[in-house]
Amino acid sequence: MPQEKITPQVFQRLVNLAAFDLSPAESEYLRRELNNQLVSIEILESISIDAEVEAAAHGVPYPPERSPAFRADEWITDPHRADILAQAPEMEDGYIVVPDIAQEELE
Amino acid sequence: MTFADTSAHKIARLVRSGKVSAVEILESHLERVKAVDGRSGVLEPSPITAEDKEKVHAFITLTEESARAQAQEIDAMVANGENPGPLAGVPFTAKDIFTVKGVPSTAASKILSNYRAPYTATAVQRVLDAGGILLGKVNLDEFTYGSSSESSAFKPAPRNPWDTSKVTGGSSGGSAAAVAVGAGALSLGTDTGGSIRHPASFCGTVGMKPTYGRVSRYGLIAFGSSLDCPGPLARNVTDAALLLQAMAGPDRHDSTAATVPVPDYLAELEKGVRGMRIGLSPDFFRVTYFDADTGEIRERAIPEDIKAAIESVAGYLAQLGADIITDIPMPHTKYGIPTYFVISRVEASSNLHRFDGVKYGYRAEQSFADLREMYRLTRGEAFGEQPKLRILMGIYVSAAQFQKQYYQLALRARALMRQDFETIFDPAGDYKLDALLTPTVPSTAFPIGGVYGDTVLMQYSDQFTVTTNHAGIPGLSIPAGFDGNALPIGAQLLGPDFTEGRLLRIARAYECVTEHEAWRAKRPPVVEKYG
Repeated sequence: MPQEKITPQVFQRLVNLAAFDLSPAESEYLRRELNNQLVSIEILESISIDAEVEAAAHGVPYPPERSPAFRADEWITDPHRADILAQAPEMEDGYIVVPDIAQEELE
Repeated sequence: MTFADTSAHKIARLVRSGKVSAVEILESHLERVKAVDGRSGVLEPSPITAEDKEKVHAFITLTEESARAQAQEIDAMVANGENPGPLAGVPFTAKDIFTVKGVPSTAASKILSNYRAPYTATAVQRVLDAGGILLGKVNLDEFTYGSSSESSAFKPAPRNPWDTSKVTGGSSGGSAAAVAVGAGALSLGTDTGGSIRHPASFCGTVGMKPTYGRVSRYGLIAFGSSLDCPGPLARNVTDAALLLQAMAGPDRHDSTAATVPVPDYLAELEKGVRGMRIGLSPDFFRVTYFDADTGEIRERAIPEDIKAAIESVAGYLAQLGADIITDIPMPHTKYGIPTYFVISRVEASSNLHRFDGVKYGYRAEQSFADLREMYRLTRGEAFGEQPKLRILMGIYVSAAQFQKQYYQLALRARALMRQDFETIFDPAGDYKLDALLTPTVPSTAFPIGGVYGDTVLMQYSDQFTVTTNHAGIPGLSIPAGFDGNALPIGAQLLGPDFTEGRLLRIARAYECVTEHEAWRAKRPPVVEKYG
C-alpha cells in the first residue's frame, strides 16, 4: 500500500473541523477507509485533460430558456413558523436555547 | 393474485370508473405489507430473529390511518362524479429522504429520528394531487449513503424479496423492495450516483433517474446538490411513465428545476424502436475494481450471465427494427467513481453541516460545557459511520491546499464524462445514437454483510450508473431476466438530456416483446410464501 496521506494528526484536524466525538474503534475504521478512498481517487491524476476543459459545476447546461425567471425580491412570510420552531430541541420564550458559546482569543 | 399485484395504471382506471373502491385497493396493499414486510425499521437495536430474516422490512413509517382517510376522499370524489386524477387510488411509498408534512422524515438517521417536516416535498405533493395514496415512508441507506441500504440506522435494514439473505441494493432499497412485493405499486426514490437504478436492478423493478432538473428537488434532504435526482420506481414501464408524468416539471421552490415542458410520456410509449440507433460500449462490459492489498485499480470482464442478458436485450431491440451499434467508446467511464468520491463528498459535507442539534432533529441528552461540545457529542452520537466518512472526506478534498489537486480536477473530469455522452448522442457526430444500452450494475444482489464496511468496494458497485449523474442525463433500469442464482439482472438505457420519453419507449418495446417469457411470470419467493 502507498503511504497514508491521512495521518493520525491530519485525521484529528478533520475531526475537529467536522465537530465529531469519536470512539477509538470508529476513528481507526474511518481513517483506514479515508486512506483507501484517497488511493482510489489518485487515478484522477492520470487523466489527460486539455487546458481548455473547464470545471463543470453540474452536467446539464442551464441556458436562460431552461431556467426559471428570478422571483421578485420580496418578503414572503412563511406560513409554518410555529411548526418550524416546534422542532427545536429546547425553546424558551420563543428563543432557541443552546449551551454557552465558548469565547476564544484570536491571535 | 390480489390488487397488490395489479399495475398502477390498471388500479387508477378501476378506481376512476368506480368498479373498485380506493379503500378496497388500499386494504389489499396493507394486507400485503403485513404479510411480507415484517417489522418496520426502528432505531433501538434488537437482535435479528429467524422470522426477520425471511421478511423484507421495506418500511420505516407506515401511514395506515392517513392513507385510509385519503382513500375515502378519493372514493367520495368518484361518487360525486369528479376525476381524482391520473393516479386515482394508487398506493405509493416515498423514500424517507422526502419530507412529508406531519410525518416523520428521518433520512434513516438518528440525527433526524424525531424530525417531523413542516412541509411536503414537491414531487410527493404532485403525486398526492394526482390521486396517489401515501402508504408510508420506506428505508434507505443513512442519508442515502450506500449501495445496499445496510447503513440505515433503522433496523432491520431492507432485505431482497428474491432472496432475503441478499441486499436490496441502494440507496433506495426500501423503495425497490416495496414495489417488488406489491407494498405499493409505485415508489419515489432518489438517485445521486445510481440510487434508484441500482436497487431497481437488484430487486427486478423498473427505476428511472430523470435528467437533472426534470423533477424538483424541493423537500429532498440533500446529499449531493449537483447530482441528486428524484425519480420513479415501478413494476412495469407504463407505471414508471405514469409516475414520472406526475412528478416532473418546473417548480418555483427549486431554481434548478428546468422550465422544459413535460411531454405526454404515455402517448409516446407504444411507438416502438424502428430506426433507432442503440449503442453498446465495451467500457460498460468490464468491471473496474480497487485492490485493497496493492492499492491498484484492476479490470476484469463482467459476469457472463449479465453480459448474456444485455446482449439478449440488444438482440430483441434489433428484431424490432433498431440498429445496434457496437464498440462505442466511453473512455472516461472508469473515472466515474474516483470523481464521485470527490464531488459527492464535498457536497455532502457542505449539506451535513446544518445538522447540529440546535434548530431541529436530535440533540445529545447530557449537559454540555459549551456549544462546541454539544455539537461534537450530538454529531458524534447521531451520525452513523457513512455520513461521518463523507463529511471528513469532503473537508479534506476541499481544503485550500488540496482543492486544485482534487476538487477542481474532479469537476474537470466530470466535464469529460459529459463530453463522452455528448459525442455519442450528437446527431451530427460519428455515432448519432438515440440511446446507450448497458448493464445497470456489474453484479446481481450480493449477500447481506458481504461488502458492507468496505466503502471503496461498495462504491464501485455504482460504476455503470454514476457517470450518468456526473453528466446529468437520464438513465432507466429495467428487468432483463435472472442469473443462475435466480437473482434479477437489470439493463440500463441512457439518453441525451430530457429524453425520458424515448428511454421509456425503448423499454416498453422490450417489455412487450418479452411479455410471454417464463421469467416475466416469476414472483418474489417471499410473496409466493407469505403473500
